[in-house]
Amino acid sequence: MALLVIAEHENGVLKPDTAKAVAAALKVGNDIHVLVAAANVDPIAQSAAQIDGVSKVVTFTDEGCEQHLAESLSDVVLSIANNYSHIFASATTTGKNFMPRVAALLDKSQISDIIDVVSADTFKRPIYAGNAIATVQSNEELKLITVRSSAFDASGEQSACEISSLEHNVNNTVSHFVSAEVTESERPELTAAPVIISGGRGMQNGDNFALLNGIADKLGAAIGASRAAVDAGFVPNDMQVGQTGKIVAPDLYIAVGISGAIQHLAGMKDSKVIVAINKDPDAAIFQVADYGLVADLFDVLPELEAAL
Amino acid sequence: MKILVPVKRVIDYNVKVRVNSDNTNVDLNNTKMAMNPFCEIAVEEAIRLKEAGNATEVVVVSIGDKAVHEQLRTALALGADRAIHIDAAQNLDSLHVAKLLAKLVEQEQPELTILGKQAIDSDNNQTGQMLAALLGQGQGTFASKVELNDGKVLVTREVDGGLQTVGLALPAVVTTDLRLNEPRYATLPNIMKAKRKPLETISADSLGVDLTPRVTLLKVEEPSKREAGVIVEDVAELVSKLKTEAKVI
Repeated sequence: MALLVIAEHENGVLKPDTAKAVAAALKVGNDIHVLVAAANVDPIAQSAAQIDGVSKVVTFTDEGCEQHLAESLSDVVLSIANNYSHIFASATTTGKNFMPRVAALLDKSQISDIIDVVSADTFKRPIYAGNAIATVQSNEELKLITVRSSAFDASGEQSACEISSLEHNVNNTVSHFVSAEVTESERPELTAAPVIISGGRGMQNGDNFALLNGIADKLGAAIGASRAAVDAGFVPNDMQVGQTGKIVAPDLYIAVGISGAIQHLAGMKDSKVIVAINKDPDAAIFQVADYGLVADLFDVLPELEAAL
Repeated sequence: MKILVPVKRVIDYNVKVRVNSDNTNVDLNNTKMAMNPFCEIAVEEAIRLKEAGNATEVVVVSIGDKAVHEQLRTALALGADRAIHIDAAQNLDSLHVAKLLAKLVEQEQPELTILGKQAIDSDNNQTGQMLAALLGQGQGTFASKVELNDGKVLVTREVDGGLQTVGLALPAVVTTDLRLNEPRYATLPNIMKAKRKPLETISADSLGVDLTPRVTLLKVEEPSKREAGVIVEDVAELVSKLKTEAKVI
């Protein structure tokens, strides 16, 4: 049987998470279909068709799906679910929202946030904020899985496969889209950035986050924050890296004024190289850092910007 | 209107988790337990809606053995009116939890059910969405703002790119994110009062849900440890190491 991957998209652009979910699916089987449910499906479908390993792209045009409404998206996925042995979605705020709804409507259990595929029915996933790794086996005929993007390398490119469209009348009378407040940024998205510089409570206030801008510009980095900085109201929650925020694994992660609470480490400890800048030599962050600098961040940040 | 708030008893978020010696699960013996932090936010939101005159009754429910009475009493001390304990084995799949809660919703008929977005033990992030699906209700997940208005609820959601607001017909299900509110602490007089508030126990069996596990936990391991690296003297040494040793800039 074929496997289905639900495409992740925003404003007519396919997000890199999808090629990573395809990579996870390729560890289970090789007949992979991708569902693109959006308002303007063509550019997204063309990108999806070029992900290595995808044999067919199915498109569905719908405004509710464009807005990632779980009630609409799950209704579409449900209409084709029984053609597949596995359905994969990215463990993003979209995938986390609609996939359990699909699972319950199909009377299936779901396996969330996998970091490895052991076999077609067995997967590894972090529990307790990544302080333990569980190996779990699904006894369901149809397996519903969300994939932690940072744990898989994106599948490569291929010449485009077949694209077909799906007819379906969406049944959603319970929810509607009202508005969106998108954080405008010239910088790369946190979950896709090769370099991330994050600030914590040590930044002292929101204005001081501007000290990270120049460094981020020079490194092409995204700017993140610890939960402590978000809770203190310094920056918005969509910048949060951690168990309850975004899980990232960039090539270089620079933690500035972050103590290293378990919940933050859970979101970034798989980064390839970690740098910690903190004036407290006993901060837990130094236990996971490849390079630690014990110093006052207000002295170090201007110096670092100048040195790059 | 009535609000139902399901809460989960989990390991206290300050406690370091250890995998047990035979790698079958984490070791929870003699561990401090607490209400899941996202569930605390859910209880707080329900109480605030009641204090604002938008709700008339807040009912809390927890599934597990008798130990969950502790978390239910905490919720009562915070301001919930009444508690229900569904007596069942621990470690149910999220789907089973959602099915038990769906049965309870059918009995209690709340107009709003507010849950935490995830439990900090299993980190599944499924139950609220599954409950909404089973009930055919709309779901406002990862909420940072909840507004009741004219027979519907507007939920502002924390999403990857920023915020999204959805409108849901009532009854509906909401799951809480961190910034929705800051939970209060229970005062001693309220803790005393909570002891006299009603707490009813019903057996999971009486709700008629097949609880056969669908997912088998095969093994639990420690994550691979990351070794601490070196402490550099200054910015110059840091930049030099990143360029020549780590080769990441």
